[in-house]
Amino acid sequence: MNGRAQSLVAALLSLVFLGIFLGIWHLATVPKTQAQAPVDEYSKLLGKGAGAKKSQGFPTLSQIGEAALAQLRDPLYDRGANDKGIGIQLGWSLARVAAGYALAILFAVPLGFLIGMSPILHRALNPFIQLLKPISPLAWMPIALYTIKDSSISGVFVIFICSVWPMLINTAFGVASVRRDWLNVARTLEVTPWRKACEVILPAAAPTILTGMRISIGIAWLVIVAAEMLVGGTGIGYFVWNEWNNLNLTNVIFAILVIGVVGMILDFLIGRLQAAVTYVE
Amino acid sequence: MSFLQVQDLAKRFGGTTVFERVSLTMEKGEFVCIIGHSGCGKTTILNILAGLDRASEGAVLMDNREVAGPSLERGVVFQGHALMPWLSAMSNIAFAVKSRWPDWNRIQVQTHCQKFLDMVGLTGAEHKKPAQLSGGMKQRVGIARAFAIQPKMLLLDEPFGALDALTRGTIQDELLRICEATRQTVFMITHDVDEAMLLADRILLMSNGPAACIAEVVVNPLAKPRDRHSIHHDPQYYGTRNHIVDFLVNRSKRYQSGELRAARSASAKIVNLR
Repeated sequence: MNGRAQSLVAALLSLVFLGIFLGIWHLATVPKTQAQAPVDEYSKLLGKGAGAKKSQGFPTLSQIGEAALAQLRDPLYDRGANDKGIGIQLGWSLARVAAGYALAILFAVPLGFLIGMSPILHRALNPFIQLLKPISPLAWMPIALYTIKDSSISGVFVIFICSVWPMLINTAFGVASVRRDWLNVARTLEVTPWRKACEVILPAAAPTILTGMRISIGIAWLVIVAAEMLVGGTGIGYFVWNEWNNLNLTNVIFAILVIGVVGMILDFLIGRLQAAVTYVE
Repeated sequence: MSFLQVQDLAKRFGGTTVFERVSLTMEKGEFVCIIGHSGCGKTTILNILAGLDRASEGAVLMDNREVAGPSLERGVVFQGHALMPWLSAMSNIAFAVKSRWPDWNRIQVQTHCQKFLDMVGLTGAEHKKPAQLSGGMKQRVGIARAFAIQPKMLLLDEPFGALDALTRGTIQDELLRICEATRQTVFMITHDVDEAMLLADRILLMSNGPAACIAEVVVNPLAKPRDRHSIHHDPQYYGTRNHIVDFLVNRSKRYQSGELRAARSASAKIVNLR
């Protein structure tokens, strides 16, 4: 089987798995028509009457589809604090991730460079990195809220703190393990330190740095949902929490799907960047 | 005064001496090869000449100035080609050319690089990345990079060690031709006796390490220009070759064991087989 046929079969197989999954979902949530409970005064009062919309618990596929269509038809509506379109919520989350992530790059890449170049600095800072790295980013939330006093910026801070460690560690590692031969070439050519950093060390370490950035974006997207659930206000995480409070599982499931798709796209984009700077030795 | 003077060089790590009493002189345009078993410190000597490493004792003077660090005056071809894999063949050379002449514009750099790529027979492979080149082609790019900065002296660290015999022969011919055309001063490490006899004017023989030294200096008796295909018909060829191989097989050990310590205490014995 050649490569093309293989990918075709794989795609078909993916569709089959999706079909099985959706099929099970459909069978599990199909409305039970025979369940015609006797309509009496009491059940009417409980909202279980014949005229009332039946809540079957878990939403059916068609309900999800309807909710998705409704949300996607008008993603940017804004009807007050607790009723905004999914597009707006997603925009808030992406903006926070972008801000925290960008700050993390600005901090972690230069510092990682220094740590990677100087073994002394590496040893001096390593205990701090090892201590701070395993702390859940959400544990910082109270301190962030107390010092920053702004829930949105606190979210940005949490994204910063969770993105910074993989980038820092990978940059330092990448810079420290640049092949001695390439540095010797730069030395014999009397290359200036700045040019050496930009034209030798940076391209040499770029694949490792991008690996760190790829891990970071994944963590950042995981954390933003939790952070927004915690602080509320806006964002896709808050949307999920809000819909849960509304007992609207349909919208929760739709939002989960959106979170997954956006996370996949973010990973794909950084992956493309990574492929662009990767070299074959 | 000779162009290059190496005076009483020694390298010691703690109590062990890698090599000591290494002295040599080189004239402009001379091609010198150094042969010795692994571990005798050949690469360290070359790195000290390049300025990449420091000697424990002794000094190196080039053009009457002390070698204190790496310099564009000395081009180095590294053992493992040391090309930057993210740059094309052309850009690898351009990196060196831009370091040598920072004010050149793009066209000047490109023309200069092209000239040296053509010189090593890589026309057409300008935009290939090192991973797309064969071992021989990679080493050619490394040679072109070193020649392109037009250094006063070229240092080659076993440049053909990893190549197959056929490729090695072709590149040796090219190196010979380029060196004859440019009158380049070259210091080269090799393990290959035939290679040394083809390329070098003088061949330095190192005794075994630790505490290695330059035991003999063989003046190549084969007349120039030398040709790889006819060199072995020269009446001097086998005598010289046997002398060097004998050294590597027998005498290099005896220098180490001290049997030839008398010879060692004086400066290296100059062997002229002519």
